[in-house]
Amino acid sequence: MTESPATKPTDGEVCQRVKNGLKPERNGLVKSLHRCHEREHKHHCHPEEEEVHSDSHHGSLYSRPFIESFEETPMLVAVLTYMGYGILTIFGYLRDFLRHWKIERCHIAREREVQKDFVPLYQDFENFYTRNLYMRIRDNWNRPICSVPGAKMDLMERASHDYNWTFEYTGRVVQDVINLGSYNYLGFAENTGPCADSAAEVTMKYGVGVASTRQETGNLDRHEEMEKLVAKFLGVESAMAFGMGFATNSMNIPALAGKGCLILSDELNHASLVLGARLSGSIIRVFKHNNMQSLEKLLREAIVHGQPRTHRPWKKILIVVEGIYSMEGSIVHLPEVIALKKHYRAYLYLDEAHSIGALGPRGRGVVDYFGLDPCDVDVMMGTFTKSFGAAGGYIAGKRELIEYLRSHSHSAVYATSMSPPVVEQIITSMKCIMGEDGTAIGRERVRQLAENTVYFRKRLREMGFIIYGNNDSPVIPMMLYMPAKIGAFGREMLKRNIGVVVVGFPATPIIESRARFCISAAHTKDMLNRALSVISEVGDLLQLKYSRHRIQPSLARPFDDNVYEDIDD
Amino acid sequence: MNFKNLKEYLAWLYYQYLLITGIYVLEPWEKSIFNSILFSAIAMVIYTSYVFVPIHVRLALEFFSGIFGDHSSFS
Repeated sequence: MTESPATKPTDGEVCQRVKNGLKPERNGLVKSLHRCHEREHKHHCHPEEEEVHSDSHHGSLYSRPFIESFEETPMLVAVLTYMGYGILTIFGYLRDFLRHWKIERCHIAREREVQKDFVPLYQDFENFYTRNLYMRIRDNWNRPICSVPGAKMDLMERASHDYNWTFEYTGRVVQDVINLGSYNYLGFAENTGPCADSAAEVTMKYGVGVASTRQETGNLDRHEEMEKLVAKFLGVESAMAFGMGFATNSMNIPALAGKGCLILSDELNHASLVLGARLSGSIIRVFKHNNMQSLEKLLREAIVHGQPRTHRPWKKILIVVEGIYSMEGSIVHLPEVIALKKHYRAYLYLDEAHSIGALGPRGRGVVDYFGLDPCDVDVMMGTFTKSFGAAGGYIAGKRELIEYLRSHSHSAVYATSMSPPVVEQIITSMKCIMGEDGTAIGRERVRQLAENTVYFRKRLREMGFIIYGNNDSPVIPMMLYMPAKIGAFGREMLKRNIGVVVVGFPATPIIESRARFCISAAHTKDMLNRALSVISEVGDLLQLKYSRHRIQPSLARPFDDNVYEDIDD
Repeated sequence: MNFKNLKEYLAWLYYQYLLITGIYVLEPWEKSIFNSILFSAIAMVIYTSYVFVPIHVRLALEFFSGIFGDHSSFS
């Protein structure tokens, strides 16, 4: 089963993620039921669609309760959502008809008259969607920010007089918008403090550009220091850094796997992993999201049948998973993946883009969260763009692996090396998280993030919203479903000075549009409370409180510090 | 939701209608097309039921009274 050609991204901001497989049960109606059924023989199955893994139920794989929920879409909401898309599609066809007969001006790229017999360029569904649905609510995306995107930010005010085909700037600034969208998990995206100071100092010494690759004259002492620090931070032998997180995935997987290899990829893996897997030329098989039965079945089949036609054994089997899935807010079942990987002798590629810094008592990602040995993960990948407030990505693992990648990976050989101030930001923020700067600020931020996450998720759930994902994941998707509500939610929140990210197709399945909040350690309790009360108000206005499992608000119980009780150092 | 008066409540209801049908994102002229089609359809349904339902009911009554009712009253 090879993959069909890559889904062509229509517009940058709504397609951060490309699905790498069809999901037969994506409308959410039966998903959670399946989940329960499939897991039944192995795991305790809750009456609600919550998966609870804890040591009281089974084995020692999970040391802390592991609660994930994906509440099913209410039937009425699903029907109304489809109806809404139907109405919008009809109007889309009407507008396309008017454009085709030149009754209306077409503002967007279209087939040229001289090329009318060529293969059509703008006729697939993505283009239709961009023209007729996305453009109508485009004002919710790529809005220019004119301050540091920390806990609060300033936005440039923008207006459109032709229904979002063009924008003009009014020259005013919307100030102090609470930022619930940035992946600023530990709040290191800041323009003051030790990180900014040391980055400024390094800029004075090294400048900003390096103008060469690492293999030539672009290898600075700061780069070497950073890589040593990353390896130490992750507890592995060696690490190397790249200037771009996306390229870390898409350029290193082809270096690791090739013809005759098999890549087992989670269906919700990020576009960079999907692209890397496709570029590698190996066979790709997709398993259901976080479904260990599905993964085991594929592994067994791969070992029993070998390569297609020749039935030779696979050269390598590489399992590709993410730490936190950025659209679902779920955490990979890493203990089970590692058990399977060991049992079937496969390799594991773990993308910790969202989880590094954000999970675990010491902020060292999903491996730390589960208390596992980092040496069990063959390839650890992560980014510096999120928790560290910098840019770039890293690959870490055994020394031989890193030496191999240094000479074989395209992004190591051809890419210009990282800018020194960015490197310095990474070094300083990482030292801060490790406590090597002599303060407890980093540890405090990790704890604050965990506290904020638990609090925010709990409150949203009590209000009756449908929240996806793991209870400890700082990525919090809140379901909106209906197409008009995507636009309305973003606009109403911004009107009340809260900046949120709303996501729709193609980043999500077509009916599961959502708003995605990213909690930061920089958010104070006041900000979170303000945001929550506004979300509740807008939720009432737009009727977003879909959840049918009403949870009674518990008495205001202070956050107990033993969320991460097993801190060992 | 707390509403101060009926007007506010109706405005909220209209807003919900916009959101659920998805015409919230449409341009005003498209909204008016949708509304006029929908309301004329509803008006036609109401009108036809006003015109034809009483006739059908009367015919049905006559038919059933012809079967079950007192025959002497008609002959």
